Amino acid sequence: MRRHLLEAADLDRADATLVLDTAAQIEAALTGREVKKLPTLRGRTVVNLFFEDSTRTRISFELAAKRLSADVINFSAKGSSVSKGESLKDTALTLEAMGSDAIVVRHPASGAPHRLARWVQGSVVNAGDGTHEHPTQALLDAYTIRQRLGRLDGVRVAIVGDVLHSRVARSNVRLLSALGAEVAVVAPPTLLPVGVGSWPVTVSYDLDAVLPKADVVMMLRVQAERMNASFFPSAREYSRRYGLDARRMAALPDEAIVMHPGPMNRGMEIAAEVADSARSTIVDQVSNGVTVRMAVLYLLLGGSPS
Amino acid sequence: MSVIIKGARPYGEDAVDLLLTDGTITAIGDRLSSPGADVVDAAGLVALPGLVDLHTHLREPGREDAETVETGSRAAALGGFTAVHAMANTDPVADTAGVVEQVWRLGQEAGLVDVVPVGAVTVGLRGERLAELGAMADSAARVRVFSDDGHCVADPALMRRALEYVKAFDGVVAQHAEEPRLTVGAQMNEGERSARLGLGGWPAAAEEAVIARDVLLAGHVGARLHVCHVSTAGSVEILRWAKGRGVQVTAEVTPHHLLLTDECAETYDPVFKVNPPLRTEADVQALREGLADGTIDAVGTDHAPHAVEDKESEWAAARPGMLGLEQALSVVLETMVAPELLDWRGVADRMSVRPAAIGRLGSHGRPLAVGEPANLLLLDPAHRAAVDPAALASRSRNSPYAGRELPGRVVATFLRGQATVLDGKALK
Repeated sequence: MRRHLLEAADLDRADATLVLDTAAQIEAALTGREVKKLPTLRGRTVVNLFFEDSTRTRISFELAAKRLSADVINFSAKGSSVSKGESLKDTALTLEAMGSDAIVVRHPASGAPHRLARWVQGSVVNAGDGTHEHPTQALLDAYTIRQRLGRLDGVRVAIVGDVLHSRVARSNVRLLSALGAEVAVVAPPTLLPVGVGSWPVTVSYDLDAVLPKADVVMMLRVQAERMNASFFPSAREYSRRYGLDARRMAALPDEAIVMHPGPMNRGMEIAAEVADSARSTIVDQVSNGVTVRMAVLYLLLGGSPS
Repeated sequence: MSVIIKGARPYGEDAVDLLLTDGTITAIGDRLSSPGADVVDAAGLVALPGLVDLHTHLREPGREDAETVETGSRAAALGGFTAVHAMANTDPVADTAGVVEQVWRLGQEAGLVDVVPVGAVTVGLRGERLAELGAMADSAARVRVFSDDGHCVADPALMRRALEYVKAFDGVVAQHAEEPRLTVGAQMNEGERSARLGLGGWPAAAEEAVIARDVLLAGHVGARLHVCHVSTAGSVEILRWAKGRGVQVTAEVTPHHLLLTDECAETYDPVFKVNPPLRTEADVQALREGLADGTIDAVGTDHAPHAVEDKESEWAAARPGMLGLEQALSVVLETMVAPELLDWRGVADRMSVRPAAIGRLGSHGRPLAVGEPANLLLLDPAHRAAVDPAALASRSRNSPYAGRELPGRVVATFLRGQATVLDGKALK
């Protein structure tokens, strides 16, 4: 493993598989335990540096670090020195001077973790940067697919929705294709980036055509505000053309699963009955998120196995 | 006072001596001598007319922490320039006779290059109503180039009026071509790389659409249009078409758009963030060809100094712009002369003659000939060195060429017969 996890491209197939296998070992080690904690990162300090509100991702990383017995500091940009104009660099150097071994960073600017990695000695984990990447989300999604379907090679994954603004989509496209999956992105043309043609995916504007050939449907969150910038005419039209409702879910192959990185807009990109169906892995994704992030922190910080 | 330059090669041709007396080239020939004259040994050096920049940001007044008229003038002289046009986006904006005269006077005091102020087209660069263009033209600064650079004059009716109005004093509107509605949140060239890097895309069409509109307007009203920092292959095509139709349009390309591509954004290092953004390899090739065939008239540096804190940040938070004055000629050697797209006379034409003509600077861009103003530079074309930002004369350090080896070194620059640079060092 490299020192940082900044984007899915930092992981080749072997590295990604190592993360997933390590996560599986951690899950097995913790199963049935009364105290869900490993001593591997005792004495190490992990900082959650969040410049964007994201309670669920922060809690997931916090839990992951704590279950590895690391000390955890949560640094939220709101109400801190950052809002008084302190630069990203100064914030990073300050945290490192306090003895952090790893910085888990969420930032609204694409590439902010890459900058951070140039300024600090410790490890940097990208917990979502702008519209760029969210690599641990892709790892937990890959883990969840492998858990449900038993494999990643040749699995047909449809990523549906606001691909243009989605860091989840970018990370999943790169990671899942590196792991052998066949990825399709499905969206109205306005929500696909110019240049998507160079991605290792097939591109479709027609959800109904893709669903019968999908083993995995990954629904992306679509913000209703996008219609104000004319990415689509209305929330209703979006939902009619690209939302996953019960009728569309019925077109999926029998074993296919439905994923969503959360938070969901029920009734917009995904119907409530789909989100709560047996095909849905949404709750699994959340619990797998903690396990996979434990594996990432463990591998980056080189904690000795116990 | 007199200077004899011994053994220089004007335009890279046969070695001769040049005698400069009282600001004028008074003799060119073999074994010249003049009692009491300073002698400059120029063996092996190429002599070119002093360079003229149509597009420099000197940051004074307002951001003297990033650059001043004096430090920018020094950078310019070291780059071989004898005249630079200082863009209007200062604080306060150069939109009145008072501000342009202040900048002009600061340039006179620095005395290293002729600092020619550019006047804003609209009040406060806000794109709403015309600034007092005539007052700036009539001022001591004698403004002839008007630009809202940094902002596009996006309103087509206002652009038409500006083009028409400056005809009264032979002015030119230098347009920053960027349709603002197409570049909301834009961070880099829109294409394969922006798609992957998750940085907001700046589509080529946002530049090309404005250039297409403006050449039609300039043709319609019979006015002069200059297009700043052309960055796309499509823009070159539109300019070629417009020139073929007889439109009075001129254009410039920056050194960085001749050399660098959007690949530089892969590092997320904002030293490579610039507006318009670095484009693709195909655009770079088209820009070089456009400059070679004269579709693009001039190299304009768009020298844009920024304080460290404005660049040492995440990409989106950084200000756009990069240094250019001190490496412009080297980049042209690398991208145009080495591949034989331009010869030395071509370099003189695109970096001195034509920009001076566009700016209506009578005493710059003149040939190296007896009786002409002694504005010239001496270049060692064989020199190669890596660029060290810490060694630059600019007050800022945001050079995109840091660590890159480039050819050519300006050994001396003369402004009206007076050396501003000797042995590669500024004399003030």
